[in-house]
Amino acid sequence: MKPAPFEWHAPASVAEALELKARHGDDARFLAGGQSLVPAMNFRVAQPAVLVDLNRVAGLDAIAHGADGSLAIGAMTRNARIERDAAAAHSHPILAEALHEVAHPQIRNRGTLGGNLSHADPASEMPAVMLALQASFLLRSRRGERAVEAARFFLGPLATALAPDEMLAEIRIPPLPARTGTAFLEVARRRGDYAMMGVAAVVTLDAGGVCTAARLACCSAGPTPMGAPRAAATLVGTRLTENDMTAAAALLREEVDPMGSVQASPAYQRHLAGVVATRALRLARGRAA
Amino acid sequence: MTQRIPVAVTVNGTTHRREVEPRLLLSDFIRHELGLTGTHVGCEHGVCGACTIRLDGAAVRSCLIFAVQADGHAISTVEGLAPERGRLSVLQQAFQDAHGLQCGYCTPGILMTVSAFLEDNPQPSEAEVRHALSGNLCRCTGYQHIVDAVLLAAQRLREAG
Repeated sequence: MKPAPFEWHAPASVAEALELKARHGDDARFLAGGQSLVPAMNFRVAQPAVLVDLNRVAGLDAIAHGADGSLAIGAMTRNARIERDAAAAHSHPILAEALHEVAHPQIRNRGTLGGNLSHADPASEMPAVMLALQASFLLRSRRGERAVEAARFFLGPLATALAPDEMLAEIRIPPLPARTGTAFLEVARRRGDYAMMGVAAVVTLDAGGVCTAARLACCSAGPTPMGAPRAAATLVGTRLTENDMTAAAALLREEVDPMGSVQASPAYQRHLAGVVATRALRLARGRAA
Repeated sequence: MTQRIPVAVTVNGTTHRREVEPRLLLSDFIRHELGLTGTHVGCEHGVCGACTIRLDGAAVRSCLIFAVQADGHAISTVEGLAPERGRLSVLQQAFQDAHGLQCGYCTPGILMTVSAFLEDNPQPSEAEVRHALSGNLCRCTGYQHIVDAVLLAAQRLREAG
């Protein structure tokens, strides 16, 4: 259980890091918090020839709060810091709620949001949360930069829209409108384990209690974080009654594509998706009111 | 030619200088280079928590960090907990008094996790203690005595002010 040899670089600037990645391409991996990459290296499932360690790069770990309630989170921000950020907890409480379920405190102390998203594990909570929040990701390379929506970033298990010379530099989360409620819930065998099913729900109500916008996204529900746009669309225009939520949950069960694991069959995961979605919607509705 | 990187790491207040390969895990650096074998190695993939240390105060898995990354940083390990030779810290004493260990393999990791946790949360509920311990596996027994020990330590630390 020791990693294979590699060449290690610890650049001090983003420009230097991008230069290194451009030079080494697919032979190099960025090392963020290392909470997924280093286990893979210890198992020798991953054997990158070059590591470009981002932990000494300046300027990648800021949490910027926009006056409009938006958030911009540097990719190297540790998950524990986001979890404890009072302003983020106010503007986007689903972040801390979901991060609380991400592995264990020691992992969150080291792991970063950008690393977690770039790893693109479909069982991971935060990719689903990013879908539900309609986040966009700033990707940088020596060639320039571009913004990619979360919905277009996750391409498959551990596969993203990142080109070999690109780095996820910043996560941009739009403000939540007034009377918006959010919730993240999951079911796992033990605390800190991968969820057998997790659901992020975001609903917005008008002053009369009618739902004007809804988004649902699930983790451990398919090859990528899985949005459920058809289920969410049925909620718009309703008052989010128990019947409305049950009907949406039934649709969501059809929209997910769980792969099954030693812990849960696809059929059981599908069942859980409906149960957890209903609970998450109920919570989000209560918080929106 | 193997790359060797000079590092200076402060462990329990003492700065150690070595030249290490980039692939050397911090857990192995602590045990093999420094001879501080109180930090235990269990799974080596971040699941068991036996290798938990504190890096600049934060509890982290030392098997998921490379020693080169610790250059210039301050680490504390279980050897740094006792105030002096032959005397246990309040936390360690509570583990002894509440029978919070059997074989002791997981204990150093748990102590490091809990020492950070109680600084953040001096008055934890039992549920919070169980959450804090969720990243440390004990295979001897249930966790009840460990939870008891943490709650006892919290109470004693509060009383001591």
